[in-house]
Amino acid sequence: MIYIERPFIKGGWQVTHVPITTGKTFKTKTPLKLKTKRTLVAYTFLTVPVLFFLCVRIFPTLYAFSLSFKAQGISGFTVINYEELFKDSAFWRSVLNTFLYVIITVPLQMAFGLFIALGIERIHHLKWFYRIIYFLPYITSTVAVSWVWRLMYDKNTGLLNHILSWFHIPPQGWLGDPKEALISVSIVMIWQAMGFSMLIFMAGLQAIPRQFYEAAQIDGASKWKMFWHITFPLLNPTIVFLAVTGVISALQTFTQIQNLTASSGGVAGGPLNSTSSMVVYMFNNAFTDFNMEYASAVTVTLFILILLVTLIQLRVLNRSYEY
Amino acid sequence: MKKRFGVFLLILVILMSVPLIGACNSEKSSTDSKGKVTITYWQYTFPQKVDEIKSLIAKFEKENPNIKVVAQDFPYDQYNQKIAAAMHAQKGPDIMNLYYGWLPQYVEKGYIQPIPEDFMSVKDIESYYIPMIQSSKIDGKYYGLPTAVRSLALFWNKDMFKAAGLDPEKPPKTWDELIADAKKMTKVKSNGQYEREGFAWNVNGQGYHTFEEVLLRQWGVEPFSEDGKKVQWDTPEGLEAFKYWINMTKKEKIGDETFMQEYNTAFRAGKAGMMIDGSFSIAATKEAAKFDWGVTTLPVKEEGGLESNFGSYWTNSIAKGVKGKKLEACEKFLKFLISEDTQKEWLEKVGELPAAASLSNDPSITKDPIYGPFLNGLKSAHATLFVDETKERASIDNAVKKIILQNAPIDKTFKQLVKEQQEIRDEYYRN
Repeated sequence: MIYIERPFIKGGWQVTHVPITTGKTFKTKTPLKLKTKRTLVAYTFLTVPVLFFLCVRIFPTLYAFSLSFKAQGISGFTVINYEELFKDSAFWRSVLNTFLYVIITVPLQMAFGLFIALGIERIHHLKWFYRIIYFLPYITSTVAVSWVWRLMYDKNTGLLNHILSWFHIPPQGWLGDPKEALISVSIVMIWQAMGFSMLIFMAGLQAIPRQFYEAAQIDGASKWKMFWHITFPLLNPTIVFLAVTGVISALQTFTQIQNLTASSGGVAGGPLNSTSSMVVYMFNNAFTDFNMEYASAVTVTLFILILLVTLIQLRVLNRSYEY
Repeated sequence: MKKRFGVFLLILVILMSVPLIGACNSEKSSTDSKGKVTITYWQYTFPQKVDEIKSLIAKFEKENPNIKVVAQDFPYDQYNQKIAAAMHAQKGPDIMNLYYGWLPQYVEKGYIQPIPEDFMSVKDIESYYIPMIQSSKIDGKYYGLPTAVRSLALFWNKDMFKAAGLDPEKPPKTWDELIADAKKMTKVKSNGQYEREGFAWNVNGQGYHTFEEVLLRQWGVEPFSEDGKKVQWDTPEGLEAFKYWINMTKKEKIGDETFMQEYNTAFRAGKAGMMIDGSFSIAATKEAAKFDWGVTTLPVKEEGGLESNFGSYWTNSIAKGVKGKKLEACEKFLKFLISEDTQKEWLEKVGELPAAASLSNDPSITKDPIYGPFLNGLKSAHATLFVDETKERASIDNAVKKIILQNAPIDKTFKQLVKEQQEIRDEYYRN
């Protein structure tokens, strides 16, 4: 006898008894006891992750919310943190930088990812090799990657300036120059994330039925047309997924900035706040200025921002295509 | 049915959270069944200090079989973060090693308690230590006691001096000489990239201390008022000193802060002719340097002019809320850490100078070719009265970056910097 459980059907829990070996029909008993027991077990198992989640996610989140409405030396709740935040030019610089990171990195890492995925789709030999090569940066530790890039970016001894000197281009400041630092950090982020985009795009490309291309070929469509009218629209779910996850991770950027720009003496986000993101700004407030209340206010703002951006993205990008 | 299970789930969650919440808030038990007290000691990861503390603890535990000391260390970059997070979670250490410049912030946040009067009164402390440590007195109380103090000295690379045609046994005595010597050792490619620098110029290392406590004073400016409330650099002499300091890198180009990532890395790699650093750098330099080097006292403005130095120290502070048997154990351990015996051993193993007044003229130390200059420097050393060391440093760092990277005018930026420094102080003293 096999029980097939289908939870959450209109009437609640339902257990269907399916006789298989014998031809006899069974009378449906009312196995309330058994049912209760089984559900109890299920819920008990579920409680553990729920509790864990409550303890490490939900509770700290709510705590941060309440903390953001407090201030040192003021009893009771206050909005002073948000008022200060509004006037804080370093905070606005971080907000601007955060958006710049999103605008620069997300489209580019997706474009490069798609480009590489299309290229690898074309070739027949050593596919696995190219896949590994392009995916390696993504699975390498971000800290290690950042430090290698940091050394390559070095103004005096770095590899990049050395290469530039072959073409008689004057050495650049890279991470040391407030005008170039944000782009330099973005390059590292793109380089690392495009492997992931590539992998997801390759899965997306494989899911497109071949018949569409065959039909288009018979109709005499060009490669370019085929891409824009078949591949691109049918990749929409992949693009939505990558855009949403990419934007969220770009909004939360921290590791790269910390490792590329902080030194034993200086805090991350330099020079002159030119690479500081909202998370870095929050971190510096919380752990070098010890102003947890103010940092919480930054976190709440970031939370609202991510929520809004994600909602908008899902609205705009998630159009369905029917063929 | 579904509803009932929902209610059931809720009850279950609540029931199961009760012991959990209890566990979160329960204090660590301070004594075990045998009445042995366990205290935790935190410090940042400085290899020589970590090893030394380990052997000191072994000695201490032998003398005090009823106390167990658990030592933990964390990387410097995360040390403050770690303490802040642990203190908020009530999982912090009982006794911790803190930079004296952080104390005002730690007191303000309520992480540490004053040294108990009955253990060591303010008077006792001031007669036991050299006067320099009085800069960490906050509202008439001391919140930490140092084992050792540090001062600055000029390290020079004798091989590089020789290669540049300079006398390797004659380090510069004045700042002008330092610049002249450094220029001879600096090697810059045609495209402006440094290959070697004559002087490891920096802000974030000991550079800004050198500016505040050495250059300003030698140019005739008392950097801060007696009570620490007023920043007094905004005079023509102050600006002059600031210009002199900035122009070492901007105009004279004898060194670049970003060269080789860190100033002391450059020196230890043999790519910088000179650096200003503390005695804590001796051990690491000995280990890494593959060249002949020496240490001498800091330069002065003109020969025979005013000597000045920056002194600093790490203190041992007791966390707020430690009481009863634990506090007793902490006091015992603290007493052991600041004893003269420990201080002598500390100099040998860690390279930091004794903080006790009784040891400051010990000829066995003043005659030492490497420790001597540091101990002599201690005589003219001033410890800056920081209110927020991190913020004060960041403010200077930003001002310098504006001048060097964005070509901001020096005098205007300097005025702005002094204003910022004053604001940091005003904000602290307002509370």
